[in-house]
Parts: sequence; C-alpha cells; structure tokens
Amino acid sequence: MSLQAFPILSAILALPLLGALACLLSGASGARWIALATTLATLLLCIGLWAAYKVGGPQWQFTEYHAIFGRFAWALGIDGIALMLIVLTAFLMPICIAASWTSIESRVPEFMACFLAMETLMLGVFCAQDLFLFYIFFEAGLIPMYLIIGIWGGKDRIYAAYKFFLYTLLGSVLMLVAMLWMVNFAGGDTYIPHLMETAFPREAQTWLWLAFLASFAVKMPMWPVHTWLPDAHVQAPTAGSVILAGVLLKMGGYGFVRFSLPMFPDASAQLIWVIFALSMVAVVYTSLVALVQQDMKKLIAYSSVAHMAFVTIGLFAFNRQGIEGGLIVMLSHGLVSGALFLCVGVVYDRLHSRDIDRYGGLANNMPRYALLFMVFTMASVGLPGTSGFVGEFLALVGAYAINSWVAAVATTGIILGAAYMLWLYWRIAFGTARTAEAASLPDLSLRELAILAPIAAAVLWMGVYPESFIAPMRADVDHLLTRIEGAAPPGDAQPTAGTATPAAEAHR
Amino acid sequence: MGQDFLLVLPEEILSTAALLLMLVAAWAGDRSGPLLTWLAVLSLAVAAFFLPGLRDAGGSAFFGLFIADSFAAFAKIVIYGAAAVAMLAAMSWFGRDKDYRAEYPVLILFSAIGMGMMASAADLITLYVGLELQSLAAYVLASFQRSDTRSAEAGLKYFVLGALASGILLYGISLLYGFTGTTQFGGIAAALGEGVSKGELIAMVFVLAGLAFKVSAVPFHMWTPDVYEGAPTPVTAFFASAPKVAAMALLTRVAVESMGPATESWRQIVIFMALASTVLGGVAAIGQRNIKRLLAYSSINNVGFALVGLAAAGVAGVASVLFYMTVYVVMTLGAFLVVLRMRGPDDQPIETVASLAGLSRTRPLLALAMAIFMFSLAGIPPLFGFVPKLLVFNAAVEANLTWLAAVAIATSVIGAYYYIMIVKLIYFDEPAPAFAETKEPVGAGLILLSALFVSPLGYLAWGPLEAATRNAAQALF
Repeated sequence: MSLQAFPILSAILALPLLGALACLLSGASGARWIALATTLATLLLCIGLWAAYKVGGPQWQFTEYHAIFGRFAWALGIDGIALMLIVLTAFLMPICIAASWTSIESRVPEFMACFLAMETLMLGVFCAQDLFLFYIFFEAGLIPMYLIIGIWGGKDRIYAAYKFFLYTLLGSVLMLVAMLWMVNFAGGDTYIPHLMETAFPREAQTWLWLAFLASFAVKMPMWPVHTWLPDAHVQAPTAGSVILAGVLLKMGGYGFVRFSLPMFPDASAQLIWVIFALSMVAVVYTSLVALVQQDMKKLIAYSSVAHMAFVTIGLFAFNRQGIEGGLIVMLSHGLVSGALFLCVGVVYDRLHSRDIDRYGGLANNMPRYALLFMVFTMASVGLPGTSGFVGEFLALVGAYAINSWVAAVATTGIILGAAYMLWLYWRIAFGTARTAEAASLPDLSLRELAILAPIAAAVLWMGVYPESFIAPMRADVDHLLTRIEGAAPPGDAQPTAGTATPAAEAHR
Repeated sequence: MGQDFLLVLPEEILSTAALLLMLVAAWAGDRSGPLLTWLAVLSLAVAAFFLPGLRDAGGSAFFGLFIADSFAAFAKIVIYGAAAVAMLAAMSWFGRDKDYRAEYPVLILFSAIGMGMMASAADLITLYVGLELQSLAAYVLASFQRSDTRSAEAGLKYFVLGALASGILLYGISLLYGFTGTTQFGGIAAALGEGVSKGELIAMVFVLAGLAFKVSAVPFHMWTPDVYEGAPTPVTAFFASAPKVAAMALLTRVAVESMGPATESWRQIVIFMALASTVLGGVAAIGQRNIKRLLAYSSINNVGFALVGLAAAGVAGVASVLFYMTVYVVMTLGAFLVVLRMRGPDDQPIETVASLAGLSRTRPLLALAMAIFMFSLAGIPPLFGFVPKLLVFNAAVEANLTWLAAVAIATSVIGAYYYIMIVKLIYFDEPAPAFAETKEPVGAGLILLSALFVSPLGYLAWGPLEAATRNAAQALF
C-alpha cells in the first residue's frame, strides 16, 4: 500500500482520540505518559505527512472521501497551508503536555484527555474538506477548551470560561447560517474545493462575508471583539494559553484564507476597508494597552491581538507578499507567543505570580532562562534572523503595495511592539531583583529546557531559511491569487515612470 | 369496514391491554406494579410492531376520520418509545416511596392511545377526542403522588389551564366548521384554498392558540414550569417527552394538511411563537434554582426551535420537525433520568440545581452523561443535538426564511448559557454532598443508551433517521 492510499489523515485524527480514552481509564502518572506518547506519535505522523507532501503536486493531497453521514461526508484532504498549520499544531502539543507535567496536579487524566481531544478537533479543522465537517470540528473545540479554562484555570476562571464560550459561539452560529445558504445555493454540495470555485452572487457575498467575519473576527481575534482573549489567556493554565495562542487563533486566519477570500472575492475587495480599519486600530490600540499591563500573561495576550492584525492586513493585501507574509506571521506567532506563555509559565510555577513588579534581575540567577526568553522576545519584536521578521516584513510590503497608510500605521505597531516587549524583558531579566524570592529562583530544569529549546530552534530556522515553510504554501497562494485577482482593488501607490536620461547626457 | 379495524390495530391492542391491565391492577393490588409495567411496555412494543404505514402506505379509516400514514407511524413509534421509558423510569422511583400504584402504567397506556389518535387525526373531532383522552390521563398523572401537596397543586393547575386551552381550541374548531362547513382536514384545506376569509383567519388563530398550549409554546407556556415542578419526576419526564411529540405532530398535521393553502396566513403566528419561545425559554431558565423548572424552560426553548422547522413548512420543514422532536425526546428523557438519580442520604428526591455541584468528583459517569445531555441540548457539535438544529435552520433557509434562521440561531446562544452553567456546576465547582448510591440497572441502562445516541456516535443514525423523517413528511403532501 502506498503512502497516498493509507488514510493517514484519519489516522492522525484518530490517534489523539484513542489516547484521550486511554487517559480517562488510567491514573495520573499513566495519563501523563500516555498523553506524551500519543502526542509524540502524532507529531511523527505529521512529520511523515510533511515529508510525503509533494510540493508542486496536486492542490489537494491525501484526500479521503466517505459519504457516511446524512448530509455531509467524511471528506479530508490538505493543501500546503493546512499542512503547515497541522505541523504547527502537532509540534506544540507534546510541548504543552510536558509543560503541564508538574503544574497540573488535580484531575490529571481528565486534563490530558481534554487536551488530546482538543488536538483531534484542531487537526480536524485543518484537515476537513467538507463544509459541515469543518464547522463541527471548528465549534466542537469549544467544549474541551471550556473545560480546560474552567477546571484548571486561575481565580476568575469561570467568568473567563463563560466569556470564551459564549463569544465564540455567537460568532460561529452566524457562520452556520451562511454555510446553510451557500450549500443551498450550490445545490447541496458541501465539498469545500467545489465551493471555492463557486461564483456566489455579488449581493449575497456581502452578507456571507460578514457572517464569516463574525466568526473569524472573534476567533482571530480582531478589535473590538478581542476582549475575551485577555481574560481567557490570563485564567487558562499555561498549556491552555499556549494552545489558545498557538493554534486556536490561527483558525481565524485559516478561515479567511480558506473561505472569505476564495469564496467571496468581490465582497473581500469591497469590504477591505473594514479589515484594514479594524486592523489598524488593533495594531496601535492593543499595543498601547499592552504597554501598561502589569500582568505578564495579559501583556502577551494583547500583543497577540496586535500580531494577528498583521495577519489580517497581510491576507487582505491581495498580493503575493501580503498573503505569504500573513501566513508566515501565523506560523511564527504560533511558535513565539506559545513560547512566551511557556516562559511566563516557568516563572509562574516557581513564584505563583504573574505580576511583573515581583520579578527582576532574573538574568543573574537564571541565565539559561534569560537567554531563551531573549530569543523569543526578539522574535516577537521582529528582529531580522528570527521568524517574526520574515512574516511581518512581507506583510508590510504587501500592505504598502495596496495602501500606504495602512502600511505606515501598521509599522508603528512594530515600534510599539519593540517598546512593550523590550520593556517587559528589561523589567524581568535585567536590573536587580525586586523581591527576595525572585533572586533565589532556580534556573531551568532539564524538562523546561527540553520544552523551550525546540521552539527556539524552529524560530531561528524560520527566520534564517523561511523557504522551507513557504515552499509548500506557494502553489496554494498561486491558486488563491488567480481566484481573487479579478476582484483586487487598485493600490493607492501609483508609481509613475520617470523620463530616462541617458548616462552620457547627465555628465555633459 | 374490516379494513378500517386493521388500520386502528395498534389502538385496539393498547385499549385491550389497558383494560386488562386495569383489571389485574384491581384484583392483584399495587404489588403487581412492576409486572404491570413490563406488560404495558410489551403491549406498546406489540402495538408498534403492528403499526400500519410502517411497511406499507397505510390508509384512511372510518370515512376519513382517522388516518394511519407513515407520518402517524413515525410519530407513534417515538411516542410509544417515550411512554415506555417514562414507565420504566417510574418503577423504582415510586417503588422506594412505597406509593407506587399499579394504575400508573395503565394511565400512561390510555394517554398513549390518546396521543396515537392525535398523530392520526384527520378530522377536527378525532383531534379533539384524542387530545382529551391524552390530557385527562395526564391530569391524573400530574397529581399522582397523593401525599404531596405540590403534586395535587400541579394536577389542579394543569386541569384548569388545560380546560381553558381546550375551550379555546373548541371555539376555534367551531368557527372553522362554521366558515368552511366541514370538520375534515381535506375539506378545510379545499375551502381555504379558495381564499382565506377574516372569519377563517380568526378560527385558525384560535385553533393554533389551543394547540400552542399543548406544545407549551410562548405565550401559552405559563403552566409548564409549575406543572413540571409539582408533578412527580417520572411524570414530568413523561410530560416533557411523549405528549410534546404528539402535540407537535398534531400541530404539524393541522397546519400542513388542513391549513396548508393558508400557509402564508399562519406562518407569521408560528414564527412569532418560535422566536418568543426560544428567547423566553432561554432567558427565564437562567434564574431557575429547581432543576425540573429549568428543564421545563428548556423544553419551551426546544419547542421554539422545532417551530422554526414548522414555519418553513414544506417536506424539509416537516421532516426537520420530526427529526428535532425525536432527538429532543432522547436528550430530555436522558436528562430527566439523571434527575431521577438525584437522591439525598435518606433517599428523598433532591431537585435543586445547586445540588449538582461537583458531581464530576462524586459520580463521574453520571456527571459525564449529564454534561453530554446539556451540551447536546445546547446544540454544540459534535454532539447529536447539533444535527436537528442544523436541519430546522436548513429548512428555514431553503424556504427563503434566512433571516428567521439567523435570528433563531442567535437566540440559541442565550439557551447555551444555562446549559453550560449546569456543566460549570458539575465540573468546575466544589462538590456538594454526594447523592445516595442507587441500584437501578434499568435506569442506568437507559441513561447509557440515550447518552450513546446523542454522543457523536449518533451521527451514524443521521442518514437512516433523516430518510425515515422525509418518508414520513412526504405523507402530508
């Protein structure tokens, strides 16, 4: 049996689910090992998937199709964009499990089961090729995340869990109505690749686009519907924050690439100002908000909103640089913000405080921690050589081609980003310790090193040789561009050719 | 004529069984309760087996008074199943209170006959007789626990308000007869097809109002929380399931078969009731402290969604109503079976919502089942409760009522709030005193079955169930 015939996507989805069941049936320490083994095995499968993916091959690979449900099919298949997000998810999962190794003490089997179920659902979102199957995976993720925040979260976990659940639910139910309308229009066809080629009527596109925006904007999150994110992040356990920032937020961006842009190109062009306006506000406003946060997790949460605004700006730039940049920002932010939350988790586990004022001078007694934290801080700021630079630079180049004002305002976000991140780093790692406890914190343990080092490696890899990550997605960006180029709005930059003066003339 | 009696075979079987069992109950006394229950379940199964319209096209009997088509057959299967579960659930519940009375299964059987007639009514008179037969048995059941004043109050309240609703319905029926000159659904449809007069419109309003009382749609829902709270819990489980299906089937048949040509006239009434039910059922449930009252509002909420399907009319709409009610019955019965297990240390029933706190620590499996029912009632995928919602909204979109689907689905978020509030209690909060251990294998088995049905495994039943509901819905057109 060739690899293409083996239902590898179904296997990737089934594996964590089986692991979840096994966790429920075992004790605390058994569940930890089962979860780690399952997520590592899934990661191996996903690496195999990446290796077997043919760059330049057909648009949809590893497809499976079984019409076993009433109205929709078990249709799986991935393109390069989905592949990258799948690898990101599978890469972060074992890290999350390891990060919760000691910090989760109560109800460990349930915790691990929730996490593994979450993994299946997140991978399912990226694998699904059927509209309703996508919706089911997309929405089902609410249940385990609700439990993770609510059971293992911090002091105000219940408020945060409600807010997360209801916000996201309200956003996505409107999308469901839009999906029903689309399927109806397409004569009952729920196959996403077909719908991506369907020409929906112009006036309907606006409504459909807005309904999808309601869902993806909440998920992303875009200003002003981002307020659930700081609450959820702050209250969630470390691993929950990592998954939330690393993968769940990416579903919004993935949704824009998979649905909004290719299915409603006219509406995307017509309403581009909505995206740009919201993104510009998000970049500046949430960066300023991040600047004044006292809570480390909250600061990173607000920085996430700002970074995701780069994604929306890039994706809606209607050109190659912008879209590829947006996608790379998604991947990079998944790694970097996840790593930053892990860094916060490391000191939180020691001191049980996220208050910036209680730390300081950690570079003295935690040199290894300070080094890795520095790498991620720089990546978040967008230092060349790190993943953050590649994505944000491309996104800004793309934005400049279509609207120089957007590019200008968004660029201030980079400056503000440098301000809040460097200031955060300074207050935590440099100077002298503000409290006696902070001065006596031990450096990273081997487990923590093993968690953070792979992410640092990936961040540097993406910064130095982004081609590895762009190559699988290039053909898909081509498909997207051919689909939307007819609708692309004109750019405001109007380069006019100057009159050439022969060199000899100039020296006369 | 012989053909006619074959078409009502299930009703004959149930009537005979009910009369015989009543004699047994009279002679053998209350000790025979469990035996009678099993015999009653058996007779329901036999009746279901002989349903006309199941394997054939069925037909109409007694000069068009009674119709046994695939629509009626489908509704009856759900009704009989729910009635059987309600009987089995009651067995150990009443048994421990030492006031299990052997009339209980007999009354449910009579009620089931009435419900069957409601689903099969092709004439306003049959409709009324069936409805009253069902209701009279229900009034007695509500006040079944004679030592409990709340139960007596519930029975009285139900009776008085039920009589009022019957009056409204009868008034509507008389008007409809007066303006169209017939009580048969087909004849009424023919008369309405020539244009809807003001008088006919008023008649339809009264008929729909009377039936709305039976499905407890807002604004005719006021009795529901009080009756549900006061009635003994197994009876509440029964009220929330089988009669709801019967009333919904009846409402659907009346709306489509007799008032079909006037769809545009009644659609706005149904839309109003649907949205009012989903909103009020969601908002009012939030503040409830009694789990039975909460589930009462939940049933109001759910009926609202089923009415969205009815508003869509058409085959897809009717099929979605049937699908919705089927899944709703399983979820609701499952939730009530869990409530039946909420028992204090000295075996007294506990009904406060707060007592569910921390159930996941004390009774993990029961907690998991309750969480599944709650998420499913909220319509969150991947649980099966998502599918009926999808189908009613799809029917609305197909009928060009996209705005209705959008508004109704937005109101479902209100409902989601209190469902996840229960999950919060069960999973997030510190444990309340644990419930007493119960040894009820039948109840446990039923909980397991319903939890499996509404779990993602239920999706495998989607295809067959939708085919069956479509086939049933075709019978009305």
